[in-house]
Amino acid sequence: MTPLLQVEDIAKYYGTRIGCTGVSFDLYPGEVMGIVGESGSGKSTLLNTLAGHLTPDRGAVRFDTRADGLRDTVTMSEPERRMLSRTDWAFVHQHARDGLRMNVSAGGNVGERLMAVGARHYGKIRATASDWLGRVEINEDRIDDRPASFSGGMQQRLQIARNLVTGPRLVFMDEPTGGLDVSVQARLLDLLRNLVREMGLSAIIVTHDLAVVRLLADRLMVMKDGHVVESGLTDQVLDDPQHGYTQLLVSSVLQV
Amino acid sequence: MIRVENVSKSFTLHNQGAVVIPVMSGGELSVAKGECVALTGASGAGKSTLMRMIYGNYLTAAGRIMVGDLDVARASPREILMLRRHVLGYVSQFLRVVPRVATLDVVAEPLRAVGRSEAEARDRARELLAQLNIPERLWQLSPTTFSGGEQQRVNIARGFAHPYPVLLLDEPTASLDATNRATVLALIEEAKARGTAIVGIFHDEAAREQICDREVDVTRFTPGMAA
Repeated sequence: MTPLLQVEDIAKYYGTRIGCTGVSFDLYPGEVMGIVGESGSGKSTLLNTLAGHLTPDRGAVRFDTRADGLRDTVTMSEPERRMLSRTDWAFVHQHARDGLRMNVSAGGNVGERLMAVGARHYGKIRATASDWLGRVEINEDRIDDRPASFSGGMQQRLQIARNLVTGPRLVFMDEPTGGLDVSVQARLLDLLRNLVREMGLSAIIVTHDLAVVRLLADRLMVMKDGHVVESGLTDQVLDDPQHGYTQLLVSSVLQV
Repeated sequence: MIRVENVSKSFTLHNQGAVVIPVMSGGELSVAKGECVALTGASGAGKSTLMRMIYGNYLTAAGRIMVGDLDVARASPREILMLRRHVLGYVSQFLRVVPRVATLDVVAEPLRAVGRSEAEARDRARELLAQLNIPERLWQLSPTTFSGGEQQRVNIARGFAHPYPVLLLDEPTASLDATNRATVLALIEEAKARGTAIVGIFHDEAAREQICDREVDVTRFTPGMAA
């Protein structure tokens, strides 16, 4: 089986400071990878580098494109990469307002991404948007409301609908449940898990919440000071951590 | 189906003076199709450790753990995930689920994961929940709010939903009343008859005698505790 994403020796520096370095892994279709670490560990830098928001100083990020198989997205032309990020890739930001257009209606937010890949029939776009609002549990009668009038949890679900409407194969998520209260988090986790299974999505999720990765991620990478210090099956890394930093991370979680 | 050869395991506690605690050495176990083997030994002897190593939940320092054709001690995460989805089931003592998901779907999930239709998976889940006396009015609720015994039965239903060829059972009859205990033992017998290889930890001696073909005392593999 061909990996969907093949990351080889990625490094990103900020001047002489290390953002992240020496990161390599393969992600297969349907797999969910979690990346954990404290603030400043380089996990968001890594995610943004993989998603093409930052240019790496070294390394390759190969994606199994529908047309030509594995292609290095780092050396790909800008229009090609932009097309990829509108079709096969999706990026869910921690703050929904970074991923949504706040002055456009909910339906418009979802429809816009469809139009970006060539959909033109208004009725069909609206029907698809409405279907997706339903799937992320936003009442259909809110389709013409702007996201500014939505709660934080609803905004996050709308952002997910906007991202998934084009049927991407790889979703990057930056703290998707951060800043939401726990009951809303649970609902979002449930939603994400079902979508991942139904659509056969692969995902890379950055979070500092170990409970979230235990429930969502098949595999886990632990980052510290820009390096991956440990990786493996999620439950194995959490239950039998090998690196001192991971042990500290796991033992520092407050029990409820 | 399971062959454990000369495995060892130690824990290194980096944040407590890098103290190294050896917990197993020379571990051996073999379980054939349709056989049920009980792990015995005092608390702390390494029963759960061995079981978790077979499941790939704990890393193995040395030795081989063959489950079918796969050496779990050396397998990649992806191979272990596939093994767990299709071959290797585990009924732990704790239920870990996404809050808010209905009990029926929690039990149906392993079948959905191997590609069965939603209807088929739910039918099997209903059958198991009824068999294990989980009242139907609870099926649409999340099991996170259930009592200990109910949670355990949900866990068992989930573990038996897909007919895994290999099953690991950690105290499947603890905290169950006589009726439910009998149901669980019947489920285990059924699985054995189908050819499932089973490794279990049973503090319930009567249960152990009823369904286990052999016992393996893990104290033999505990460093510094060998009798």
